Amino acid sequence: MCTTCGCGDGETRIEGVTLTGGAHAHDHASTNGHAQTQWRVRQGGSSHAPVPAHMHLHADGTWHSHVHGGGSTHVAHAGADPLGATHEAGVSAERIVRIEQDILARNNAYADRNRHALADRGNFALNLVSSPGSGKTTLLVRTIDALHGRVPVFVIEGDQQTSLDADRIRATGATAVQVNTGKGCHLDAHMVGHALSQLDPSDGGLVMIENVGNLVCPAAFDLGEAHKVVILSVTEGSDKPLKYPDMFHAADLMLINKIDLLPYVQFDVDAAIAYARRMRPELEVICLSATSGEGFAAWLAWLERGVAEARHARDQDLGALRRRVADLEAQLAAAEHAT
Amino acid sequence: MHEVALAEGVLRIVMDAARASAAVRVHTVWVELGALAHVEPDALAFCFDAVTRGSVAEGAKLDIARTPGTAWCMPCSAQVPLGQLGDACPRCGSYQLQVLHGDEMRVKEIGIA
Repeated sequence: MCTTCGCGDGETRIEGVTLTGGAHAHDHASTNGHAQTQWRVRQGGSSHAPVPAHMHLHADGTWHSHVHGGGSTHVAHAGADPLGATHEAGVSAERIVRIEQDILARNNAYADRNRHALADRGNFALNLVSSPGSGKTTLLVRTIDALHGRVPVFVIEGDQQTSLDADRIRATGATAVQVNTGKGCHLDAHMVGHALSQLDPSDGGLVMIENVGNLVCPAAFDLGEAHKVVILSVTEGSDKPLKYPDMFHAADLMLINKIDLLPYVQFDVDAAIAYARRMRPELEVICLSATSGEGFAAWLAWLERGVAEARHARDQDLGALRRRVADLEAQLAAAEHAT
Repeated sequence: MHEVALAEGVLRIVMDAARASAAVRVHTVWVELGALAHVEPDALAFCFDAVTRGSVAEGAKLDIARTPGTAWCMPCSAQVPLGQLGDACPRCGSYQLQVLHGDEMRVKEIGIA
């Protein structure tokens, strides 16, 4: 993590390019754990000497350096501190500062920004979450084919590594942007904001965000979507909603996928739905198969309703804007007539 | 695990406040985690220790207070305590519950010098 701006996105790649840009464009220096702001080349003296392992800048502008033993922890010196201020030894002005801030405030701010950008274009955006192997990408491919000519689909793919999923989406003719999180276990709103600008969805289009396959962590992160859609396949077991409550609690729709395999597995559909509704009483449920197409009509109808609502909401906004413009034009005409 | 991202979130909030207050050191961070919040407190403490190294909050104590969970039980039309997601209403046994409190994760205060 970069301690200068606190961004943890050093390992994230979007379409193979690391996430930099704007305030985040600075060096993510080495791994001895010290703040990057402390790293400077000593001025004057033997300027060609190699940079010491660890340097402090004092408020009076002087530097001092440590030599590190392997794995030694840094001990703070009186008068030296990361922010460059000094204090007198023995005097501590201890204060309590009230904060009262949501830990996820920053992510939520990015999510709101994404939400507004999507609303401005009338985009219906969904965050698809599940374990790895539930059939998310196959479902997306079939969905894109089924909506071809009716609703343009734009996809953000999230995986630790590879562009395999984005490649599969692009093979259908739809636009996709691949986000690779490196060691990260979930997409966050900051990454999605960058991906959305690259994706540049058209007005009224459907935006699908396929999250990293993980039934735990993505539940905590708002990306700016209209709904989280949790996908549970019949090969995973009916008790998953009990074992992974946060994800089912966060979702508005559950898709039970691979129902073509029901004859071959011990999966109790009614139990899975009942368990999931313990976590989220109003959870909508659609059972389908992305390979056989069974149940797909209900899923497509749900999507098209959402797309229509997003377009309608944008039109309402534009309508209000047009009304205001018409009012101002009328005022202008009246003023010109009076002169 | 996502507690790394949460610990980074705490650090960012703490660093901003420390800078604004011209603090030379942060010695304590008071955090409130609801009983239903999607976070494992021990994992958060572990990650906090790791991400604060080299910062003004290095070595700071992370004080975690847990707040209780409550939900609105629709059949009872009443607020009831909720220990964890998936629990039934302690009064009537229904699962028709709307979480009211307990999923918050907040930085409350910092102690600085």
